[in-house]
Amino acid sequence: MNGLLRSRVLWISVVLVAIAAVIPLGGASIYILGVLTTAYYFGVYAMAWDLLFGFAGEVNFGPTFLIGLGAYTAAILDNSLGLPVPVCILAGALAALVGGVLLAMPALRLRGPYFGLVTLVAVLLLQNAIVIFAGVTGGEIGMTVPNVLSIDGRANYWYALAFLVISGVILYGLSRSAIGLILQASGQDAVEAAALGFNVTKHKLAAFAISAVFSGVAGALYVLFAGAASVGSVIDIALGVQIIISAVLGGRRTILGAALGAVLLLVGAEFLRPLGQWNTFAVAAFALVVILFFPGGLLGGVLRAREQG
Amino acid sequence: MTGLQILIDGFAISALYALAAVGFTLMFGVSGVLNLSHGGIMVVAALIGWWAAGTLGLGVYAGTLVGILAGLITAYLTYFVVVRPIQRSRKIPREETEIFLLTGTLLWGIMIQVGFAAIFSDNPVTMRPLIGGVATIGGVRVPWNEIMIAVLAWVVIGLLWLLINRTRVGKSMLAASINPRGLTLLGFDLSRIYLLVWTIYGVLAGGAGVLLASFLGVSTANAGQLTASAFSIVVLGGLGNVSGSLIAAFVVGYLETVTAYVIAPTLRPIPALILLVLVVYFRPQGLLGRR
Repeated sequence: MNGLLRSRVLWISVVLVAIAAVIPLGGASIYILGVLTTAYYFGVYAMAWDLLFGFAGEVNFGPTFLIGLGAYTAAILDNSLGLPVPVCILAGALAALVGGVLLAMPALRLRGPYFGLVTLVAVLLLQNAIVIFAGVTGGEIGMTVPNVLSIDGRANYWYALAFLVISGVILYGLSRSAIGLILQASGQDAVEAAALGFNVTKHKLAAFAISAVFSGVAGALYVLFAGAASVGSVIDIALGVQIIISAVLGGRRTILGAALGAVLLLVGAEFLRPLGQWNTFAVAAFALVVILFFPGGLLGGVLRAREQG
Repeated sequence: MTGLQILIDGFAISALYALAAVGFTLMFGVSGVLNLSHGGIMVVAALIGWWAAGTLGLGVYAGTLVGILAGLITAYLTYFVVVRPIQRSRKIPREETEIFLLTGTLLWGIMIQVGFAAIFSDNPVTMRPLIGGVATIGGVRVPWNEIMIAVLAWVVIGLLWLLINRTRVGKSMLAASINPRGLTLLGFDLSRIYLLVWTIYGVLAGGAGVLLASFLGVSTANAGQLTASAFSIVVLGGLGNVSGSLIAAFVVGYLETVTAYVIAPTLRPIPALILLVLVVYFRPQGLLGRR
């Protein structure tokens, strides 16, 4: 049963990715491609968040702290020093990694709501820092990123899709491996996991580092695609909330569900655009209904079926 | 002069912060719920109060009462639509109730904020002062309204203290925060106590919202910021500890006022945020919290 389902998940994913890969050839407009490109980067944000929350059990209200660090590091190096694009991405990943380790230190000492607040404050401090050092960062207005990944909409789309697929394979593989199980155990009962001889600290630190690197690279790639970085597009708390909604919508502790949730959420929001200001209201209400009535999310049902079977 | 100004302004702001935070902390202490739609409820009270006082022409006092009532109704809605269904859901595992409550109330808060922004726009609204006139204290001119708001906030907090410590229902609430199971064994109806907590909470949050509208002005865009400041004050003081929250409200209120006057208004929230991170690192239970 297990093997069959795993192959079914594999099959469905392969079909979805194949469809996604040929969308640009079907004559989709640059606008639609742009929306999907953004959605794919969102998918990586949500998967990285799910690794921390679903598996390590860490309530992270500030996913945009790590994303913002990666994005702004890449943007500043690109804008002020004109460094080549790969160097910018690497530097973004490193900055996010440092941020992830900084976040991991309180996480190992604090529980639930307290750690949640620290992550929230981390975002607020980063946001304030960007406004204060407006000379380098562009402050509230944001900054342009002159050297972009590509000026071709299709190429950007395929870059994003490839990154989503690679991240998905790595993160999903990790979550199904022994490491994922140990993380899950330490998230649910750290004392018992430690008593069984697992090094909880080491595993949690690893989870933070991995989540941070993927968030940072995704943030860096996003600003290098968009050609601009601003607080509203990579740091704002509302953005973090969207990421959390995506992961919960798709199903926590499923990794792939988080990516699916993110794409559905962003595409759905695009369809709801005629609602104007009520757009966000509708999305939040929908997510609330999912939480109240289907707490497992979209992919949660699939997982439950497997547990019973 | 500036010293006295800081002392007076800081006092008024801190009193309002304290009023907004005690309900939040009481709720956590008694029923274990961290309500992230807190700022949304304050905004509803402020906007409805302003609308009733001005557009409906009921005047400031009736408007204030209508606003508090609106806060109370929104608090009840929060409880019955979001919090209770999550607490009672069989599909949600026990150990995950907390994170579902956080996410659920967060979404609910967004719905309130966006919905009210669509109806009322996100322009800040300011209630007319409850009383007019300006007093002079030691050479500093202070509007009577500011003084009255600070006094009102303290009177309400004092009444709350009396209610909790000197009445039977108050004592049953305290007992519920210590040992809910023991209380049910003694024949108390726990859900009635929770309803009472939400009632007190709704009145406190609504009152704080209306007074804030009268003192500084409120916009729907403030909802997140208001939740964050109540959350940080409550964590700083120790989750669920009412006197801790009062002290923390004054620490944050004065820290912000001093920063705004002495350094720069743009840096206003930063020292308080840094203090919060330091306290959470070195004393996670907060200033007065128990482990």
